Amino acid sequence: MDKATALGLYRKMVEIRRFEEKLYHLFSTRDMPGSMHQYNGEEAVAVGVCAHLSPADYITSTHRGHGHCIAKGADIRAVMAEMFAKSTGCCRGMGGSMHIADFSVGMLGANGIVAAGIPIAGGAGLTCQVQGKGHVSVAFFGDGAANEGAFHEAVNLAAVWRLPVVFVCENNVYGFSTHYRRTMLLENIADRAAAYGIPGVVVDGMDLRIVHAAAGEAVRRARDGEGPTLLECKTYRFMGHSRFEPSSYRTKKELEEWKKRDPIALFRSALLAEAGVPEAEIVQVERTVDEVIEESVRFAEQSPDPAPGDWRRWIFAGEDA
Amino acid sequence: MELRTIVLALRQALVEEMDRDSSVILLGEDIAVFGGAYRVTEGLLARYGESRVRDTPISEAGIVGAGVGAAMTGLRPVVEIQFNDFLACAMDQICNQAAKMRFMMGGQVKVPLVIRAPVGATGRAAQHSQSLEAWFMHTPGLKVVFPCTPYDAKGLLASAIRDDNPVMFFEHKLLYGGSSPGGKAKTAVDGLGEAFRAAPEGEYLVPLGVADIKRAGRDVTIVATGLTLHKSLSAADILAREGIEAEVIDPRTLVPLDRETILASVRRTGRLVVASEDQLTCGVASEIAAIVAEEALWYLDAPIRRVSVPDTPIPFAPGLEHAVLPQTQTIVEAVRSTMAGPAGRAPGGGTP
Repeated sequence: MDKATALGLYRKMVEIRRFEEKLYHLFSTRDMPGSMHQYNGEEAVAVGVCAHLSPADYITSTHRGHGHCIAKGADIRAVMAEMFAKSTGCCRGMGGSMHIADFSVGMLGANGIVAAGIPIAGGAGLTCQVQGKGHVSVAFFGDGAANEGAFHEAVNLAAVWRLPVVFVCENNVYGFSTHYRRTMLLENIADRAAAYGIPGVVVDGMDLRIVHAAAGEAVRRARDGEGPTLLECKTYRFMGHSRFEPSSYRTKKELEEWKKRDPIALFRSALLAEAGVPEAEIVQVERTVDEVIEESVRFAEQSPDPAPGDWRRWIFAGEDA
Repeated sequence: MELRTIVLALRQALVEEMDRDSSVILLGEDIAVFGGAYRVTEGLLARYGESRVRDTPISEAGIVGAGVGAAMTGLRPVVEIQFNDFLACAMDQICNQAAKMRFMMGGQVKVPLVIRAPVGATGRAAQHSQSLEAWFMHTPGLKVVFPCTPYDAKGLLASAIRDDNPVMFFEHKLLYGGSSPGGKAKTAVDGLGEAFRAAPEGEYLVPLGVADIKRAGRDVTIVATGLTLHKSLSAADILAREGIEAEVIDPRTLVPLDRETILASVRRTGRLVVASEDQLTCGVASEIAAIVAEEALWYLDAPIRRVSVPDTPIPFAPGLEHAVLPQTQTIVEAVRSTMAGPAGRAPGGGTP
């Protein structure tokens, strides 16, 4: 990975983190609409995977979708405006946090239904295969989704058709409050890949370099027509399940242990120590991101609300007002 | 060549649409090698190859989900669900995903997906006999189509495939007219009258949202779909011998619903019977009755009557199945009851 690429990936991770931190502040100090599920701690997964994708490749996401959206290259101003339910939001205020999407960059949507994006990613992979242009599709989902029937049906279907899909399981240990080991007997969800006859790979989801390398191979396989891979990234969410959820089901010590392996801090150290990036350049990136986030908030604040009749506009295609 | 069965009409619609648009693909259980449980896709694997005509695992959520994702990214999938009862296994992908995607994403995406499914009771008991159109009428974002003739089936399926929205396309098993690979007739359409109009080969479209008056009449309006439409036509023949001229309207699509054709008819006849093969509560007939009650109450000379399945699963025993389904005779009796009216008014009313 060259220096420019590495700095670019670092910037994406910082964009996600700062976006989430700003959002937490906004929810704490203002009357923001709806709720949110935050991605802090899992940034290396979205960024490490999406580094291998172009806007013509597709991803589907989860209820915890801000990070995937930003990693895939969505306009942060439009993402922030959607959090404010403004008409300039990427979903024009009709979707909010749980349905954040930007089709212009191949981000097919966060999803309020656990595991529902997995079959849809398979379908996007079907389009890629039928059209034969070498594009691929990635499904992001959590450990909880791996116990949904939709996961099983979609992975099996993609396997049997050798679709160009990568199934990325972000095992962040808890499905809401429930430790994943209380919901399955397996230590590794990727072991389930064997049941579908596809490769299963387990990686440290806190280390961007490791995720990046493993995702590169999985995406290569998909592009080369070798079929899907189940890539499990062991990670951890630093925030509660949803807005201000207090995480009474886990210990502070456990959280602090994981935070010692903060993916952004880890990669920052690597940039300094191993890639020889001067700290001033890193700080410059961080300041730039701060300004991008502040600007996105200003943009959202100044944007108009949806018009009163906007709910009529997109129920059916062909009937847009 | 004229296509005299719905199976042939549907197959020809698929052929014509797949010939004109390479983005149309077919997904479903047993549709490729076997040709479909009701033979609709017979021969299409040989004609279009396995990239475009795909047998699937028995995974309804996975199949529909693949259709949703493919539709969102540039294909026009036509998914066959072997029995409409199995749609229950795919409800999230249909109702939470396909139906809402465009809306939730603020118009960024189209979902040009067709889901075909057979409906109707044919002696297979409660899990293979339902008519579930109303489930999907209740979910905004889905169109709901239900042809009852070869002509309508072909023109409506072509329109459904070209539509940029998810379309639920229902087909009544007893109207298919196909036969099984063993040659045993799966359905019987011999008793149907001239209204069972054959389909010509070659392109034509029946637009979604336009009802068809299958029989004109002045005394009472009968609205019905599917097999029940044909039973209603038989009922109209019987009633005509009693001097009662029934107008029989086939909505053809339940979403969008051609309210104006129904309302205009009721304003002329002053009486309404709605017959459908789904269950009574919150059913197809309930919705049509409610629209007429709201929009044309003062034109009515008698209470609206619904002829639907009582709120029961479909029983297996043939006699019981027959008893709970709308039959020609129950439609006749429902019409007679509206003709009696509270004041015994003569037929031909309808003035406000």
